[in-house]
Amino acid sequence: MNTPIVVQDVHKHFGDVAALQNISFEVKAGELFGLIGPDGAGKSTLFRILTTLLLADKGQASVNGLDVVKDYRAIRKIVGYMPGRFSLYQDLTVQENLDFFATIFNTTVKDNYGLIEDIYVQIAPFKDRPAGKLSGGMKQKLALCCALVHKPVVLFLDEPTTGVDPVSRKEFWEMLQRLRKKGIAILVSTPYMDEAMLCERVALIQNGSLLKIDTPQHIIEQYHKSMWAVRAKRMYPLIQDLRAFPETDTCYAFGEYLHLTLKHGEADLDKLHAYLAPKGHEDFAMHPIQAGIEDCFMELMQGAAKKENH
Amino acid sequence: MQPIVTKALTKKFGDFIATNAITFEVNEGEVFGFLGANGAGKTTAMRMLCGLLRPTSGSATVAGFDVYTQADKVKQHIGYMSQRFSLYEDLKVKENIRFYGGIYGLRTSVIKEKTQQLLQKLEMEKEADLLVSELPLGWKQKLAFSVAILHDPSIVFLDEPTGGVDPVTRRQFWDLIYEAASRGVTVFVTTHYMDEAEYCDRISIMVDGRIQALGTPRELKAQFHAQSMDEVFLQLARGKIINNEE
Repeated sequence: MNTPIVVQDVHKHFGDVAALQNISFEVKAGELFGLIGPDGAGKSTLFRILTTLLLADKGQASVNGLDVVKDYRAIRKIVGYMPGRFSLYQDLTVQENLDFFATIFNTTVKDNYGLIEDIYVQIAPFKDRPAGKLSGGMKQKLALCCALVHKPVVLFLDEPTTGVDPVSRKEFWEMLQRLRKKGIAILVSTPYMDEAMLCERVALIQNGSLLKIDTPQHIIEQYHKSMWAVRAKRMYPLIQDLRAFPETDTCYAFGEYLHLTLKHGEADLDKLHAYLAPKGHEDFAMHPIQAGIEDCFMELMQGAAKKENH
Repeated sequence: MQPIVTKALTKKFGDFIATNAITFEVNEGEVFGFLGANGAGKTTAMRMLCGLLRPTSGSATVAGFDVYTQADKVKQHIGYMSQRFSLYEDLKVKENIRFYGGIYGLRTSVIKEKTQQLLQKLEMEKEADLLVSELPLGWKQKLAFSVAILHDPSIVFLDEPTGGVDPVTRRQFWDLIYEAASRGVTVFVTTHYMDEAEYCDRISIMVDGRIQALGTPRELKAQFHAQSMDEVFLQLARGKIINNEE
């Protein structure tokens, strides 16, 4: 069986800007692979190369064993692609959009209904509504249906959940898990770090380079620093005081807590308490915690940024 | 004076009630999180508060001005930033500052002085002559926020200001919000990041055009017996999404 996605040493420049550098990874059959990184990291460029819409400057890539340059026609028939920008016909209804995409791929909605059924039933009540009049979450569900209507072997989803509320995001990821179980390989990009945990493997991308490829669990296990969750009644003064503390390594807001690492770990704790005591923070609380995936990514990103500056 | 006071504020589009009699107040210097699922009515409410959309019924004052009769005054006294559109990409950094300064009616001498201050504060003096399109996204957002409060408004509306931004930049952006709030600027912010909801002093959650929950993050978590704001949000909004469409 062919590996659904193989990327080898891909480079792409736009003028002086290196959009992608030395990108290599593979996505296996039935794998949900996450491409995690901020806007401008190069995610969409990579998607466009893999869906045969853009040529790489250097390197090879194949989709289901087909070369993205030589076999572009064959690839277009077997992949589903949901671009980052909503690109259905806004003035066609839900039903018309689906029929349109099915027809383009020489099939019918009926033929492949099994694959889209559990997504489609959620938008079926609005099947006569123009796509442009749907809410964000519904648009994404329709776009996913349209990307699936020809039963693709590989699915490319470029930021399907950006700007979508947390409930719709959750539902969307539940759908992806079901599709994965049906054997479809999925490459999905997202700027939401919590979604990384829902992927089997992730690649962290920043400034056109991959910083890490691994399972989310491994990435968390490899984090080696001691970390504390800290809070007080008034968070902004606390954040300022902690950042001014000379032994502070990093201090970031994480929901109702701050996540703090110290330059010498536990060894700095006494000094920290002595430093904070006279500041009189009300309701001060501090406890050790395990770093999460977002902590790990921030660490990796900062490490990469430092390297670039040297 | 409270920067925002609404009473039974309502907007109907035909038979559809987008915003259904919402009543709330925002306090001075408060960071107020305005949450809701896609289609819950947030944008409609926000447009009414910014003086861009005339309500169907109810009342609202923003920065002390009536949104029906003094919409232009409202616009002059608020700042607004959205993720989608804020800066002109094909203008230079300093041109954007001058443009917005002019829009808000600042005098040329004031604009000059403010431009210097702003560039210094953002450490962007070297980038003053770059086109905005050449800036990294994180810088653009910081610039957009600073430009939105260039005319020292008492309140600033931020519509999903951090969408698509990396986790480090996202937090740096919140530092700016905190800093503005500590100077007494009232911040009204929408977000889909539930960890950011925790950074707000108080939060409202809209479901089907109504405000279904309002309080501090701690109060809401206690009220809904939830560990996180994410859980609170899911409890309130799940199952309602389909109804919103009808």
